[in-house]
Amino acid sequence: MADVLVVDDLDVTFALHNSEVKAVSDLDFTLAEGETLAVVGESGSGKSQAFLSIMGLLARNGKASGRAMLGDVNLIGMAPDRLDSYRGKDIAMIFQDPMTSLNPTLKVKTQLAEVLVRHQGYTAEKANRAVIEMLERVGIPEPVKRANAYPHELSGGMRQRVMIAMALLCKPKVLIADEPTTALDVTVQAQMLDLFKNLTHDFGTALVLITHDLGVVAGVADRMMVMYGGRCIEKGPTDTLFYDPRHPYTLGLLHSTPHVAKRAKRLDPIQGLPPSLEHLPKGCAFHPRCAFRFERCFEERPPLLPVEDVREKACWYQGELKYEEVA
Amino acid sequence: MLDRTEDLLKIENLSKNFAISAGLFAKPFQLRALQDISFTVKRGETLGIVGESGCGKSTLGRCILQLLAPDEGRVLWLGQDITKLPAEEMRQKRRDLQIIFQDPLASLNPRMTVGEIIADPLRTLMPEVDAKGRRERVLRTMEAVGLLPEMINRYPHEFSGGQAQRIGIARALISEPKLIVCDEPVSALDVSIQAQILNLLSDLKDEFGLTLIFISHNLSVVRHVSDRILVLYLGRIVELADGDDLYEDPKHPYTRALLTAVPIPDPKRARQRTIEGLVGEIPSPINQPSGCTFRTRCRYAEERCAQVRPPLDTLSNGRRVACIRWQELDLKPGA
Repeated sequence: MADVLVVDDLDVTFALHNSEVKAVSDLDFTLAEGETLAVVGESGSGKSQAFLSIMGLLARNGKASGRAMLGDVNLIGMAPDRLDSYRGKDIAMIFQDPMTSLNPTLKVKTQLAEVLVRHQGYTAEKANRAVIEMLERVGIPEPVKRANAYPHELSGGMRQRVMIAMALLCKPKVLIADEPTTALDVTVQAQMLDLFKNLTHDFGTALVLITHDLGVVAGVADRMMVMYGGRCIEKGPTDTLFYDPRHPYTLGLLHSTPHVAKRAKRLDPIQGLPPSLEHLPKGCAFHPRCAFRFERCFEERPPLLPVEDVREKACWYQGELKYEEVA
Repeated sequence: MLDRTEDLLKIENLSKNFAISAGLFAKPFQLRALQDISFTVKRGETLGIVGESGCGKSTLGRCILQLLAPDEGRVLWLGQDITKLPAEEMRQKRRDLQIIFQDPLASLNPRMTVGEIIADPLRTLMPEVDAKGRRERVLRTMEAVGLLPEMINRYPHEFSGGQAQRIGIARALISEPKLIVCDEPVSALDVSIQAQILNLLSDLKDEFGLTLIFISHNLSVVRHVSDRILVLYLGRIVELADGDDLYEDPKHPYTRALLTAVPIPDPKRARQRTIEGLVGEIPSPINQPSGCTFRTRCRYAEERCAQVRPPLDTLSNGRRVACIRWQELDLKPGA
């Protein structure tokens, strides 16, 4: 499969009052056609900022450098008016809360048709027809009626479907979904994840799923990238990372996640708190919370290096990851 | 040793409606948030309450604590109905009945220090404790929830979500309650912190002999902490059972649907599983379906489900289910 997005050396920095804070450092990854990549991390891991920077949506005090090649154009540093000819057409993004992403004063069909008129040069009538088809495609019952509704008249699940429909109207090469199911009930979440699976398959759209929920990742992602303190600390095929994690943080996340089918007496949480990006620890950012640390981890930051061809990890510890051994 | 057979709390036929304005001159709608809820909570157990948004789970928690007055029914605390207690007597009861909220930062007064926040319930609930005694209790409670003594003079905004939730837990613990209602206590927290708080709650429960009512939309979390689980749908109990029974052999189609929809953090199992998506979404509680309120989304619904409201049957082992077809359906996951 051809790569549709190649990200190289991405840094994101925010200017504060009289200092700078680095939210994302040295991020590299590729995304192949039709593939689903999960980006996993906790608050402050940089997972959202990395993708906002690719979409040119950073807050005004934010600055990105590096490359995010969509085909042969670099989206990083591109002027907003030029970006507009790619955003919504070749690369689209949806967010956790659909209500804040939809214009409350416009009917659903008005805001959706606008995308097609603008990017594809459709006439209003042709655009309306395409909108209703797409609403039906994403599983909205009575699409004609819903197309004439205002966002507040729809339920949360419906609104998220409208957002997905809007994002897919131009059949983008890349769809970035930032915690798209976090605000939804579990039954609606399951419907939504099914929808993502079908749509990426049918349209060949590559999906980036930004999430903190490993349950969501397991069901849909082909590959995953785990972030901590603004850096990727482990990436590889989903099954490899789930069944044989090599970074202590990946292992910790897996042990922290309660599993509905197994009732463990206790969870094995990661000790301590995620770091503040303003005061990242020296050496490996995870070392203060790591059960496997040794002297080197306090001083030197581990680079992201390939392990056994299938994955990369950034960790000095080379032994087996078993909690008992270090206890 | 705790007497785990004693009913600490008994809810009888509790109902709660909210009037929704339909405009200046129109008759308001009745939103039936809770209807005919009855169950008991035994001393020392954790009762999980699950359901989707709008099912009434938080309203139920608030009705139990009398933060909302129920329209009908009784809440018996150690045999005494607390729904009609005068304010002063209810205040005395609040020593025993506490709550932890979902959004830890929003539930802490930003202008009070951590010490003041944690001590606050003591001022109103136990005025007999003097300033020195209060400080001692605050420090002891902070230690129990994993907060350092030097944090006592800091303000809430200096804390992360997980730490703020520890403050909320300390505030609930300080009056030495018997029962704590935990309303989505870990939903706003990061995964690694969520696990810390869940472990903390289970330690505190053992240490102080607490009884917990754990309200959450997250079935994995509820399964992890609960002895028994109550499933709500549109303000009614659809199933109540021991945790293992409920997860291994659900009797209500809604419970099964919820279970098959829970994301499983295991790629191979997640791929094998077929999600029996529920049709559509939860109906509006203002305009509820006739008969069984779940029938509009139920794959097992028959004609008669529209005609009769299913009674909440009691099974031999004390579990309860509200479905007229429970005897004929095999709803085991994988079946």
